[in-house]
Amino acid sequence: MRYSALRLLREALRGNRGWERAWRDPEPQPEYDIVIIGGGGHGLATAHYLASRYGQARVAVLEKGWIGSGNVGRNTTIIRSNYLLDGNQPFYEFSLRLWEGLEQDLNYNAMVSQRGVLNLCHSDAQRDAFVRRGNAMKLHGADAELLDTEAVRAMYPWLNFDNARFPIRGGLLQRRGGTVRHDAVAWGYARAADSRGVDIIQNCEVTGLRIADGRVTGVDTSRGVIGAGKVGVAVAGNSSRVMAMAGLRLPIESHVLQAFVTEGLKPLIDGVITFGAGHFYVSQSDKGGLVFGGDIDGYNSYAQRGNLPVVEDVVESGMALMPAIGRARLLRMWGGVMDMSMDGSPIIDRTPVDGLYFNGGWCYGGFKATPASGMAFAHLLATDTPHPTAAAYRLDRFRHGRMIDEKGMGAQPNLH
Amino acid sequence: MIIPHPLLGPRDAQEFTYMGDAALIDRPDGMAEGAAEAFDTYLHARDNPAGLHRELWYHEAGDRSWLVVTRDTRTHEITQVELARDVARARGRSQ
Amino acid sequence: MTGRRLEHGGQIDRAQALRFRFDGRALTGHPGDTLASALLANGVRLVGRSFKYHRPRGILSAGPEEPNALVTLRSGARAEPNTRATVAELFDGLTATSQNRWPSLRFDALAINDLAAPLLGAGFYYKTFMWPAAFWERVYEPLIRRAAGLGRLSGAPDPDAYDKGFLHADLLVIGAGPAGLAAALAAGRAGARVVLADEDFRMGGRLNAETFALGDTTGADWAAAAVAELAGMAHVRLLPRTTVFGAFDHGIYGAVERVADHLPDPPPGTPRQILWRITTRRTILAAGATERPIAFADNDRPGVMLAGSLRAYANRWGVAPGKRVAVFTNNDDGLRTARDLRAHGVRVAAVIDARPDAPDPRIDGARHLPGAVVIGTSGRLGLTDVTVRTADVREFRIDCDALGVSGGWNPALHLTCHQRGRPVWDDRIAAFAPGPDLPPGMAVAGAAAGVPSTHGALHSGHAAAAEALDALGRTAPPADLPQAEDAPLALRPLWHVPGTRRAWLDLQNDVTVKDIAQAQHEGFGAVEHMKRYTTLGMATDQGKIANVPALGVMAELTGRSIAETGTTIFRPPYTPVSLGALGGRATGPTFKPTRLTPTHPWAEAQGAVFVEVGQWLRAQYFPRAGETHWRQSVDREVLAVRAGVGLCDVTTLGKIDIQGTDAARFVNRVYCNGFARLAVGRVRYGLMLREDGIVMDDGTTARLAEDHFVMTTTTANAGPVFRHLEFARQCLWPDLDVQLISTTDAWAQIAVAGPKSRTLLQRVIDPGHDISNAAFPFMACGAVTVCGGLRARLFRISFSGELAYELAVPARYGNALMERLMERGADLGATPYGTEALSVLRIEKGHAAGGELDGRTTAQNLRLGRMVSTKKDSIGAVAARRPGLNTEDTLELVGLRARRPDSRLAAGSHLFAPAARTEAANDLGWVSSAAFSPHLGAPIALAFLRGGAARQGEVLRAVNLLSGQDTEVEVTSPHFIDPDGERLRA
Repeated sequence: MRYSALRLLREALRGNRGWERAWRDPEPQPEYDIVIIGGGGHGLATAHYLASRYGQARVAVLEKGWIGSGNVGRNTTIIRSNYLLDGNQPFYEFSLRLWEGLEQDLNYNAMVSQRGVLNLCHSDAQRDAFVRRGNAMKLHGADAELLDTEAVRAMYPWLNFDNARFPIRGGLLQRRGGTVRHDAVAWGYARAADSRGVDIIQNCEVTGLRIADGRVTGVDTSRGVIGAGKVGVAVAGNSSRVMAMAGLRLPIESHVLQAFVTEGLKPLIDGVITFGAGHFYVSQSDKGGLVFGGDIDGYNSYAQRGNLPVVEDVVESGMALMPAIGRARLLRMWGGVMDMSMDGSPIIDRTPVDGLYFNGGWCYGGFKATPASGMAFAHLLATDTPHPTAAAYRLDRFRHGRMIDEKGMGAQPNLH
Repeated sequence: MIIPHPLLGPRDAQEFTYMGDAALIDRPDGMAEGAAEAFDTYLHARDNPAGLHRELWYHEAGDRSWLVVTRDTRTHEITQVELARDVARARGRSQ
Repeated sequence: MTGRRLEHGGQIDRAQALRFRFDGRALTGHPGDTLASALLANGVRLVGRSFKYHRPRGILSAGPEEPNALVTLRSGARAEPNTRATVAELFDGLTATSQNRWPSLRFDALAINDLAAPLLGAGFYYKTFMWPAAFWERVYEPLIRRAAGLGRLSGAPDPDAYDKGFLHADLLVIGAGPAGLAAALAAGRAGARVVLADEDFRMGGRLNAETFALGDTTGADWAAAAVAELAGMAHVRLLPRTTVFGAFDHGIYGAVERVADHLPDPPPGTPRQILWRITTRRTILAAGATERPIAFADNDRPGVMLAGSLRAYANRWGVAPGKRVAVFTNNDDGLRTARDLRAHGVRVAAVIDARPDAPDPRIDGARHLPGAVVIGTSGRLGLTDVTVRTADVREFRIDCDALGVSGGWNPALHLTCHQRGRPVWDDRIAAFAPGPDLPPGMAVAGAAAGVPSTHGALHSGHAAAAEALDALGRTAPPADLPQAEDAPLALRPLWHVPGTRRAWLDLQNDVTVKDIAQAQHEGFGAVEHMKRYTTLGMATDQGKIANVPALGVMAELTGRSIAETGTTIFRPPYTPVSLGALGGRATGPTFKPTRLTPTHPWAEAQGAVFVEVGQWLRAQYFPRAGETHWRQSVDREVLAVRAGVGLCDVTTLGKIDIQGTDAARFVNRVYCNGFARLAVGRVRYGLMLREDGIVMDDGTTARLAEDHFVMTTTTANAGPVFRHLEFARQCLWPDLDVQLISTTDAWAQIAVAGPKSRTLLQRVIDPGHDISNAAFPFMACGAVTVCGGLRARLFRISFSGELAYELAVPARYGNALMERLMERGADLGATPYGTEALSVLRIEKGHAAGGELDGRTTAQNLRLGRMVSTKKDSIGAVAARRPGLNTEDTLELVGLRARRPDSRLAAGSHLFAPAARTEAANDLGWVSSAAFSPHLGAPIALAFLRGGAARQGEVLRAVNLLSGQDTEVEVTSPHFIDPDGERLRA
């Protein structure tokens, strides 16, 4: 069923009774060519691109709960490609381009909204780093602008310019950055993949990987054994647990990242703003809530919840930058489990087990990567070669000293 | 969180800085055969368990002790706290 | 005008009138009122508009669960959008404005949305607005954004102050209703340290809203007496107006006390709110229960209220919300509303009871309709009548202007879920009750635990306290509790009344039973999918009203039980918390501490311009009269150093004192270059790697004695390096005899740089210390005394490339030393210089600093690869040898000099060959630091260039695409000044 304004009108006149299921609820088949573990954004995107771009139809996505219940359903919805390093920038720019055509590709309005991502700087050193980064972006075909203080003031006159501990000295603006309605990404990919025959199987927890002679043959699940020619793992915070089933230890730790939303307010913040002197980034959803976040709590956790010190730290930063938000109220907060890697960059690669492929280490930047991650993983699964934009995301890059360390913090995941 | 410091009693976790798996105590010998491989594993491979985790916390805003905290990563419950120095010695580290 | 103030009753002070305004209308109320009770007393029913369809909304509840009565409280910079009128305490002069309507509350243009409602059902926006793609940001979304949102922030800084506080307790009791008061009394009498917090301004909970007796007194009086007794206990802290909003790990609770929200403005010196972090050993959650509505056609009109709230307005505030009321219930509690209102003299038109076997409450003048349901309502801006279908399927209208609805009570178990505990369905109360996985140390009592009666609440509160006291090693006093009602609820679940018109579940977000059905139909059957697809439960009431009824509806649609259908858990905060409270005092200039250098007062007196360097404030440059541009000042300072002598406070560099018989072994392991044989009285440059082989920091380390080193770090890394050394000392080599202490703040350190620096120093250093070139050569160090006996340390090190020293004295003498040096150096032209000149000087000399050490730099990048010793095991040495860090064409540090002196050369520029296209494939490197060199009269830079060491003399372009600069540069040695080091050895 194609979605359109006309369809909406027709269904409205018929009492909205003609809508079909967005995706089927199939029983698992005994065997698939490709099984993807994880019905989050990345897994569903992978399935969509496998089916639509690589002609793979015998594909199943296995989700232990409901699709989109992981980080695609709990994030701050930001998309951008303002990366510095050669290993990252082309990939995220590729992702941004896929976002730009996503809705027409999926026939689903995920509200891709390119209202701009503005990173503020508060020192000469930060500005120098932004110049370097902005140039790297432009060299890879992305857009970037360096703003001075007055240009920032023209965009957001109510930021704290005159009474700040760390005055705003300018910013790096990527106008093509913005936000996307996060849940809709999972649903849109699921619907599109399903329409091409992909089985999306919810409430199906993988409990074991079947490996014979160094080759994966299938998965044990809470709904029985499912045979598989290839298995792709895209389970974010649970990466270490799933890959341990294959006896592999990853360069990944699981950490909790909290995020927050206020009560609905009339429009105040048009785009995305990040504070450069503390942990705070914010945008305003179409419903009016200020959606914001900061740093991870900083300790290994699978608990999907954080603690008060980080809440206070984030809001202190927010208040320092935006003293006008003091009388807004925090409505909801939540914690997601992040697969923090050793250099802060992801992994999309084969593994020592034949037929087992891994996609993870997204840290807290996985949402914006969803389309490119799906495409690159699909490419790898279908062709056994890395996608050109993801060629640096190798599992063995740490051994060889080819880290992609945007923050320059080294092999300590909680610092990325 | 509250970390029961073996010397100072219960302290707010905000006073501490976190580092990671206590296996980081087991630094390989840089002059030994196979050091490159050993350091790769030491630096990068993590158990990252969903369950009991022995991990290093530094009492940065306190007495500067490094502690080994045993904590459940699913519930955050802390079941044991030791001075990292004692743990290091018990694991055979000395000079 | 339907509501009115009753002649008698209520816990309000009728002797005093409080004036307030709603949408500009002048009204009055009394102390003890909420804004909602005062509005009802003035006959105001229409108070807001819903989110999507802009339907008229009235007051639904009398508590924090209110989804409808949201107003903007106060005005100007204190405007506080989305304030629930039901919890806003009335004060004299209060102003409130309705929201989300234009041009007025009664005539709202966007109410036209309601006509298009069939188009705007669940998830409609996912199915359209896709063509053309560019229209989303330009056309559709701006329209949606303008229509969405509720209240408006002023845009001005919040003028009020907020505080943070810490409390420690044996027992935290959350909620001061019957259960909470019984618990607090038991614990208080047993001598435990108790914190009792309640969100209301009057403790007592439902006891204040009910008429039944406790023993021989009223509930409200019993509560008042209990509170008075508790207030007399020194070890009990009462926190009224305090919402415990979150249960965090290890017995830590977040709470917000609204200190001044009930006052016109916070009095001077008083915060508006306080964020309390309460650390407790035990907790009793006695948060009561929240009434839930029943969904039926057009159940959203102003005048339709929760039954318990309807009687609360009558009992507690002496307000009749209607002239002629009806009650629609499925349980016995609803009957109390009819009885109490009748007792207050209000006409009760009917008791519509969904239970076929409902008992007749025998209310004077009221029709009793067992087995009946409400199937419709009328009234454009407020209820005028309800349509009823009786057990024998007759349908008729009943005139009424207020309808109290009771669908049962949901335990307020939110805090039990904050650590991922899941509630369990309890058929006995037809509601979710706290599950078994409570936050450690928490017990639940009273209605929050699913105990419906007052008797049960009192006893469960006492029992929970007794259990907690036992765990705390105390003995509970005997229960001394009054007799109280112990009636069963006798509830027969009813979630919605089937019909063809819209029946509303989420009254703020406009989610109907049909929306739920449609979501289910489209495959959004998981509870979380349903919520996210329809937005049910996502409004400011956080689903307190809608979640459970929606689950009931979902269960009916699928034929499953509610327990099988699932639940949603609650996350913090329990009710919305102002960001001001979470931010506390850490805003504006006090966002972070400001560290001042020892010479700050002197620098200030010189008119220095300061700059933030991490938490430090450092002198950036010292403008002199006639200088109009910072460059003039900086150039002058640089040249003064190169020609004479300059002074700069370098205290901010980290200093770590390292002592012990193994100090040398230790230092030798944490630096990649050799330190074991550094002689006493000498300084050496040290390169410190992280264990992954990347440069962590650099600095100089002095050996003051056989067993005593002083290490310096960069300003930014003072803390991290110290932490790293402690890790090495305690975790890697626990038996080395070495001790560390940070002395960054203990010693003031002043760089004295320039050809005349020795001359100047000789004037302050006491006689007897020979600092001649022979006696105190480059890289010498030692203890000296200055100015007649003051102990000091002298290091002959140079960041500028000139003959230079750093002189350290105890921090409290730093300012005086600077003054003395300036005074003694006046005839030498002693010139203070700031961080800008410092940076120019070090770039001219080719010293790496922050711009170069970005956490990705290797020793090889710095062309210091040979410093990484292979003869010893030092931190980072093994990982530094990984192949990816040692490639042929690696980036290497070079100098760049602009070919044209008037061109611009910006840090962050990328490097290209003269004819190359500016694209990533041709990127040769980047500029890490840039400055105008007054010495060379040209812009210069340090840069990382692919294979740079071999490219000296090449001409390249430094391109900054952000500014359009494309600058010709010549590759040089990074040492623009004195490459052979003759000056610094002079």
